[in-house]
Amino acid sequence: MLEVSGLSVEYAGRKGPVHAVDDVSFSVGRGEFLAVVGESGCGKSTLLFAIARLLAPPARITGGSVTFEGHNLVTMTDKQLANIRWQNLSVVMQSAMNALNPVKSIGAQFADALAAHGMRSKKLIRSRSAEVLELVGIDKAHLKSYPHQLSGGMRQRAMIAMALLFTPDLVIMDEPTSALDVVAQRSLMTQIKELQARLGFAIIFVTHDMSLVSHFSDRLMVMYAGQIAELGTTRNIFDNPLHPYSRGLLEAFPGIRGPKAQLTGIPGSPPDLSVIHHACRFSPRCPVKLDSCMTTIPALVPVEDTQVRCLLNGADAENHGAHAENHVRLPRTTGRLPGTRRSWR
Amino acid sequence: MSELLRAENLTRHFKIGGMLARSTLHAVDDVSFSIGEREIVALAGESGSGKSTVARLLGRVYKPTSGTITFYGGLRGVVPPGEHGQGESLSRIRSRKHALAYAAQAPMVFQDPFGSLHPVFRVSHGVLRALKLHRPGLSAEQRQAEAERVFEVVGLDKDMLNRYPHELSGGQRQRVGFAQALATKPKLILADEPVSMLDVSIRIGLLNLMAKLRDEEGVSILYITHDIASARYVADRLIVMYAGQIAETGPIEDVLADPKHPYTQLLLSAVPDPKAPPPSLEALAAAAGERGEPPKVIDPSPGCRFRPRCPVSVATCANVTPVLTVHGDREVACHVAKDDEKVRAFS
Repeated sequence: MLEVSGLSVEYAGRKGPVHAVDDVSFSVGRGEFLAVVGESGCGKSTLLFAIARLLAPPARITGGSVTFEGHNLVTMTDKQLANIRWQNLSVVMQSAMNALNPVKSIGAQFADALAAHGMRSKKLIRSRSAEVLELVGIDKAHLKSYPHQLSGGMRQRAMIAMALLFTPDLVIMDEPTSALDVVAQRSLMTQIKELQARLGFAIIFVTHDMSLVSHFSDRLMVMYAGQIAELGTTRNIFDNPLHPYSRGLLEAFPGIRGPKAQLTGIPGSPPDLSVIHHACRFSPRCPVKLDSCMTTIPALVPVEDTQVRCLLNGADAENHGAHAENHVRLPRTTGRLPGTRRSWR
Repeated sequence: MSELLRAENLTRHFKIGGMLARSTLHAVDDVSFSIGEREIVALAGESGSGKSTVARLLGRVYKPTSGTITFYGGLRGVVPPGEHGQGESLSRIRSRKHALAYAAQAPMVFQDPFGSLHPVFRVSHGVLRALKLHRPGLSAEQRQAEAERVFEVVGLDKDMLNRYPHELSGGQRQRVGFAQALATKPKLILADEPVSMLDVSIRIGLLNLMAKLRDEEGVSILYITHDIASARYVADRLIVMYAGQIAETGPIEDVLADPKHPYTQLLLSAVPDPKAPPPSLEALAAAAGERGEPPKVIDPSPGCRFRPRCPVSVATCANVTPVLTVHGDREVACHVAKDDEKVRAFS
C-alpha cells in the first residue's frame, strides 16, 4: 500500500546540508503494524514527516519517492495532498498532549477537521465526532471538554480518535505514548491494536523504546544515523538481532526479571550527519567492528527474512556507496502541519 | 546503615479553584519514609502520584502543609553532624545561611537537561557559581581545580567546562547537572527523573554514574522515576507511591520478587517483557481491562485510593484509608495484603 523508495531528506545548515534521512526504502502492507525505532537524531521523525509531506524548510526531500495507493506523494501539489491527508492518511503527533488546541473544545476541533474535508451537516459532524470518541473509549460528553480537563491518557486517545475521523488506510504515529506511564502505555497500545484489528488500517509507529513495541508490531525497522540498520519481523529481530546496534539497543536496558547484570549501554554518540561518511556510520561505537568497516560503506543486504546493513552479515561488500548521487532533485516541499497558518507566505 | 534523612507524616496540599469552587488537591498525604547514608532510594509511581512533590518538599521548594523532615547529615557552618542527636528539622531553617547550608547538602538534579542549563553561559558557569556560593573559602584557582575534579568524577573531559550547553548531547548535559550537584559536596542528591528524557542507549551510562557516586563519593540519592526496571538496576530500596500516598516500600529485589500491594503488582505486570512470546490480543485486552486512569486526589474521601481499580478490594477498603503496616522488612498500605499468603490481583 505504501512504498517508500530511496527517500532522502536534507536540512539546510550553515555548514552545509545535514543528511537526516539517507536513501531509505521500505513498504507497508494493508493492515500492517510497522515500528520504527532508533535514538533521537536518527531521522525517524524526519522520515515520518517526509512520508506525510509535512516537512517545512529548512528541510527538503532531495530524492526518492513515496508511493501511497498508487500516487507519488512527493510530486503532489498541496491541493492534491489535501484530498489524501486525513482521509486516507493521518498523523498522530508526538506529545499529542500539546498538539490539541487549548482554547477550543475537543468537539470544536473535531468539527474543524470534518468541515475542512467537506462535511457540512452539523448533525453528521456531531454524530461522527461522538462515534470516533466512543471508539477510543471516551464518553461523548467529553466533546464539550477542553483539553486541560482531560488526563494525559485521554488526550492521547482523543488525538487518536481525531486521526480516525475518516477511517484512514494508514495512520502514522510519532511516539504517541512517550509522555505516559507504563500502565497507561500498555492500555493505549492495546487499544490501538484492537482498533487496528477492527478497522484494518496500517500503522507506522515511531518510538525510541524497543520493548514497548515488542508485543505489538509485525515488523520492526531499526534506524541509525538516517539509514536503515535492520529491517525484519519483530520476532526475528528480538530473538536474533543481526546488527550490532539493534543488539546494543536490546541489551541497553535492564529488565525487571531474571538476574541483575552490569550493563554498559552503547557508549559514544551518533555521528555528525553533515559530513559525508566513507565508513560504516556505526563503526565508531561498534564493539565488533572489522578493519574493513572503516573503509567500506555497508549496504542493506537481505539475510534470510531480515535486511541488515552490516559487513559481518553481508557477503557482498562491493558495488555500493555510489547510489546516493543518483537521485533526482525535486521541487521544494511546501508541506505544513495541519491547522497551522502559513505565516511565511 | 545510619539514617540521613527522615520524613514523618509529610503532607502537602494545594488550593485550587476560584473563590466559589474552592477545593484542595492532596498532592502528598501523610507520607513517612527515611533515606539512609550511601543509599539509593527509588521513588516510583505514575504521573500525578506526588513523587515530584516529595522531591520538592525535600529540596525546600515547597513548604509542607504538615509533617516534618529531619536531616541528620549536619549543616556545614551551622550545625555540625552528630550534634543535636535528633538531627535538624527543616522547619527550623530561618536564615539564608541556614538555607544555603542545607541546599549545599541536598541539591536537586532536574528532568530536562535541555531546560535546566542556562543557554548563554558556558557549562562551567553553574559549577563555579555553586562553588563560589556554597564554598566561599576557595580561591579562584581552587574553584577551577574543583570544577575540573567534579567533571572528571561524572565522566566528562575537563575541556568540556568551556563548552556551551548547545554543544553537548543530552547525556553530557545531564552529567553536567550531576557535576553541579556534586560541586557542593552534598550528602544527598534529589534526582527528579534524571534519565527519562535521555535515549535508551545512553541512559544506562547515567545510571552507572549514580551507582558510582554512591559507591565512591558516598552520596545518597533519591531517584525519582516511573521506570521500575531502571530503579531495579541502581536502587537499594523502592518506595511505590500511588495518589499521594505510599503504597509499598522495601528492599527493591524483595518488592519485585513478591509485590504485596495490588498497585505494585499492576505496575510490574505492565512492564513489557521483550523476551517472552507475544501474548494474544485477547490476553492483552483482559490485562489492560481497566483504562489506567489516575485517581482523583482533589478533596478525596476516606478509603483506599486504589480501590476503584483494585480487583481484590474488600468492604473495609471503601471507608478506611489503609496505613503502612510492617510486613517483614517491608511496609505495605493495604487491607488485603498478608505476610505469609500471596494475594495476587495482577500477575
